[in-house]
Amino acid sequence: MSRFTPKVVTANDLRIGDVIYLTADDRWSRHHHEAELIEDEAHAQLRLLHAAAQRNLVVGPYLADAKQGPNGPEPTHFREAFRTRGPSNYAHGKQVDFAHV
Amino acid sequence: MYDYSDFDEAFVRSRVAQFSDQVSRRLDGSLTEDEFRPLRLMNGLYLQLHAYMLRVAIPYGTLRPAQMRALAQIAQTYDKGYGHFTTRQNIQFNWPKLPDVPAILSDLADVQMHAIQTSGNCVRNVTADHFAGAAADEIEDPRPYAELLRQWSSDHPEFQFLPRKFKIAITGSPNDRAVTRAHDIGLRMLRNAAGEVGFEVMVGGGLGRTPMIAFVVREFLPVADLLPYVEAVLSVYNTLGRRDNKYKARIKITVHETGREEISRMIEERFTEMRPQFGGADQALLSDIRAAFAAPQFRVAPTDSFDAFYKADPVFRAWADTNLATHRNPDYAIVTISIKAHGQTPGDATSQQMRVMADLAERYGHSDLRISHEQNVILPHVHKSDLPQVHAALAQVGLATANVGLISDIIACPGMDYCALATARSIPVAQEIALRFQELKLEHDVGPLKIKISGCINACGHHHVGHIGILGLDRAGVENYQITLGGDGSQDASIGEKTGPGFAYDEIVPAIERIIRAYLEIRQSAEETFLQAYRRAGIAPFKAALYGADGAKDAA
Ligand code: SF4
Repeated sequence: MSRFTPKVVTANDLRIGDVIYLTADDRWSRHHHEAELIEDEAHAQLRLLHAAAQRNLVVGPYLADAKQGPNGPEPTHFREAFRTRGPSNYAHGKQVDFAHV
Repeated sequence: MYDYSDFDEAFVRSRVAQFSDQVSRRLDGSLTEDEFRPLRLMNGLYLQLHAYMLRVAIPYGTLRPAQMRALAQIAQTYDKGYGHFTTRQNIQFNWPKLPDVPAILSDLADVQMHAIQTSGNCVRNVTADHFAGAAADEIEDPRPYAELLRQWSSDHPEFQFLPRKFKIAITGSPNDRAVTRAHDIGLRMLRNAAGEVGFEVMVGGGLGRTPMIAFVVREFLPVADLLPYVEAVLSVYNTLGRRDNKYKARIKITVHETGREEISRMIEERFTEMRPQFGGADQALLSDIRAAFAAPQFRVAPTDSFDAFYKADPVFRAWADTNLATHRNPDYAIVTISIKAHGQTPGDATSQQMRVMADLAERYGHSDLRISHEQNVILPHVHKSDLPQVHAALAQVGLATANVGLISDIIACPGMDYCALATARSIPVAQEIALRFQELKLEHDVGPLKIKISGCINACGHHHVGHIGILGLDRAGVENYQITLGGDGSQDASIGEKTGPGFAYDEIVPAIERIIRAYLEIRQSAEETFLQAYRRAGIAPFKAALYGADGAKDAA
């Protein structure tokens, strides 16, 4: 049996479209490193259901691969890495909105 | 220019009101995302990687100054101060917030614009030659026909749920600047032996996963038969097109699976049925529309100031040599404003730049602006004596780059910097290629060359018809770029050929440079363009340059 790849639950904010992550204490954070790193498949499905139920807040929740890093979960795929920052052609999106954090 | 009728106005306003209500119901939770998604897409609102994106139609690429200013204002008020012009002559706003979208649509309606049918399985924005009504080689302005098609296809009850999206492009010139052969229906104006004007009708072109060049289904269609014929094509497609498999649903696959002869027969048969139902109302409408597209009152004035500037100012001369095209009035020129300054995002214009272009169009350009599928802006009618002032004003806001048709005039789709469907980035690749060739000071020496970049197989960046095409893919979790060579979007359309294995993100610019150096080495003279050299010599010298003689990747 292949080992379960850890996941985070991510989605877009309904009102502004920004990328958000589900935290262990049931908040939606703008920061990947605050996400709950889910290491168990059954728990991942439960968390995804929990996210999907919040349909007035979030759009399109899904499970994205992640790994543990020194400051919390980190993305493993480049698409998810871009989602934590914003576009590469302008200083727009999270990379500047949260530059001070 | 065409003005909305009361009917158009009422229709667009009612759609704004309807969508405003839908947005409120989504925000208060009465609508789920599953319910709301098709409704927002019908109004051009996508959810992308980092934000919503609103796609606004610019019918046949034609804008007037007030419309350009409204786009500038929307970008400034609701977005991040810029807009992105696309290969389908639309503009996209990359950062609207959902609660603001009704206000944006209402602002658009104030200037007779909307975002309807910029998504979904319907007839999309009809695109046209961006030099329409101005080009010296044109038989007739194709925009009245494009407007007729727009009115006919807008909210057409039979064609709102086609098997897949449907794109029509039209040109009035034998030299195809509208990539008609890569569209579901391509219309190219020509004259028959009797000198009458009609259309060569091409069907089943398309890029994407299965690129195909359209085939000619009717060699000469009298203009009066345009609507019934197009309706016959749509009607046959609507019946035959596959709804079971999204990847096989475009008309190009229908043509392929049904066979050209059989589908031509079915179209002609359907056309014979349809023709009598068009009792002439369409022709009456067409003649009204034609009046709205009457040519401007061209100014009669000396052009010697142009000649003097051309001689005296090398910067102006370089710009004039690359960015001007021949107007049908010898005292006028068609100005292509490059939205491709080296290192900038292809197709992105700031609010300030949009306002300057609007002002210039008003002051010097008979209040006419165009958006090209190559993501540039055109002032189609500028008197030659005004060109030095136009150039100077453009230079003030970073819009005087002299690179139209050259290696840095790159088409790039938004790619993974914005697009949720992307498999790799395309914008930074375009930026880096442009900067590299600027640094090498090679681009004028290289001459006419079209590089087109897509961030996924959907091919919004038209990479298949780029002289050099670049397709960004995700190969085992890293960005990888596949190169095609020899594509062409003109009347001699062809699909580019793959060179071989792709290149990593940091290898792609050097790979393009090796291709260009190979071209410079093999060309027979400076007049032989890249495409001509490729067609003469084939892919072998370029493969050798890319991968080394033994086919292994050459790191040099
Ligand atoms: S080609 Fe792909 S990545 Fe580029 S805009 Fe189209 S769908 Fe998005």
